[in-house]
Amino acid sequence: MTDVKHHISDDFLIGYAAGSLPAAFDLVVATHVSLSDDARARLQAFDAVGGCILDEMAEAELAEDSLAKTLSLINDNAAPETPSYAKQSKGKDPVFPAPLRDMIGGDLSAVKWRPIGMGCKQAIISEGKDATARLLFIPAGQAMPRHSHRGTEMTLVLQGAYRDETDRFGRGDIEIGDESMNHTPVAEAGEDCICLIATDARLKFEGLLPRIAQTFLRI
Amino acid sequence: MASELRITIFFDPTLYPARMRDMLHLDVHNLSTGDPGDASRAQGQQDTALPDGAILMADRLPPSPVMQLSHEWVAEVAAIAQARDQSAFAAVFRHFAPRVKAFLMKSGADEALAEECMQDVMATLWRKAHLFDPTRASVSTWIFTIARNRKIDLLRKYARPEPEDLPWGPEAEPDQEDVLALQQESQKLAEALRKLPQKQRILIEKAYFGDLTHGEIAIETGLPLGTIKSRIRLALERLRHNMRHTTK
Repeated sequence: MTDVKHHISDDFLIGYAAGSLPAAFDLVVATHVSLSDDARARLQAFDAVGGCILDEMAEAELAEDSLAKTLSLINDNAAPETPSYAKQSKGKDPVFPAPLRDMIGGDLSAVKWRPIGMGCKQAIISEGKDATARLLFIPAGQAMPRHSHRGTEMTLVLQGAYRDETDRFGRGDIEIGDESMNHTPVAEAGEDCICLIATDARLKFEGLLPRIAQTFLRI
Repeated sequence: MASELRITIFFDPTLYPARMRDMLHLDVHNLSTGDPGDASRAQGQQDTALPDGAILMADRLPPSPVMQLSHEWVAEVAAIAQARDQSAFAAVFRHFAPRVKAFLMKSGADEALAEECMQDVMATLWRKAHLFDPTRASVSTWIFTIARNRKIDLLRKYARPEPEDLPWGPEAEPDQEDVLALQQESQKLAEALRKLPQKQRILIEKAYFGDLTHGEIAIETGLPLGTIKSRIRLALERLRHNMRHTTK
């Protein structure tokens, strides 16, 4: 288990538990929770709140053949579900936890990187109308390309580490930035740094042209 | 409520893992017509009236609603996992199916979709029963997560990323004190939720029905979540510890 020092805040865990986060943020939360027992315990506590709410629901009326239909569903798919841990191939530890591997269709070697200058690379892996998730590769010792935040930005370190004005962030650590935050992260020497980043792409422009430009530049 | 069939457990099978299967079958088949309503109605008051430790004595006490509450549905899910017990499933279904359906309808599904989705959730429960870990969640919590995930998959038409399962399954015979402690913590949480000021409780419910955006969710729930977090954290540590020792 990774020794995570920077944990996710409660509001994201509640959002995940309630199912109200944009898809890209769900991916970051699920990946972070896979790396941190602390986040997992906190998330499961918020799940428990959902359990209490479920238990208190006024009962809805069921269809007459409800149980029979469910039993026939079961008989159609009799095999117990295989958990993901049983499917994992033995051998080298993957860099990406299961939710990210599932999204990409493989581990690090399956990523389709695109160079963005200075040896840095990125790969957009989930693009929704409300948020985008990407992987960022920064060579060891290199500064992250300058970028301004729009809305909320979640950064989760998966390999290597980076430092910024606030602290050091290693594997499993998460940093949440907002528009007021202006930081210049630098990858630590020794190992290339790979991060999963989600941003909520709230459109600020009203006109059509800036929106097209924004789509084109994928900012 | 007259049509509801509620299993009454006169002993606590989870305290006797070795004997569990046999006894549970006996229980499920012979005692399944116990009165459904009174027990659940009485639960709320009796729970708080009992001193700490009283539930640990449950195996020596006459049947009481508290016993049902303390291990609510854990034995049934174990029976589904280990013996593919359809009567246990029917009992779980009768309690949870109407609630899951109501939850889905509150979350924006129409009646037909909610019914279909609920059947799917309950069928998933059957298939995943062997993955339920009573040291980390109550049965209600576990079913809630299945229903929530299914709801999101349907609404967004894609499979939502879920955290990786731990590198091993739940223990075949979990420590009964851990199970008891977690189940009790879940009841305390339910009690705390019931006691919240109505306005705050409605806000939390709205968040879980998906009526609030991420930005609108208040960070402070007003619920005492510290103990249950520590309990789950402890259970995770124990699992990892046991795993390291069995693989070396």
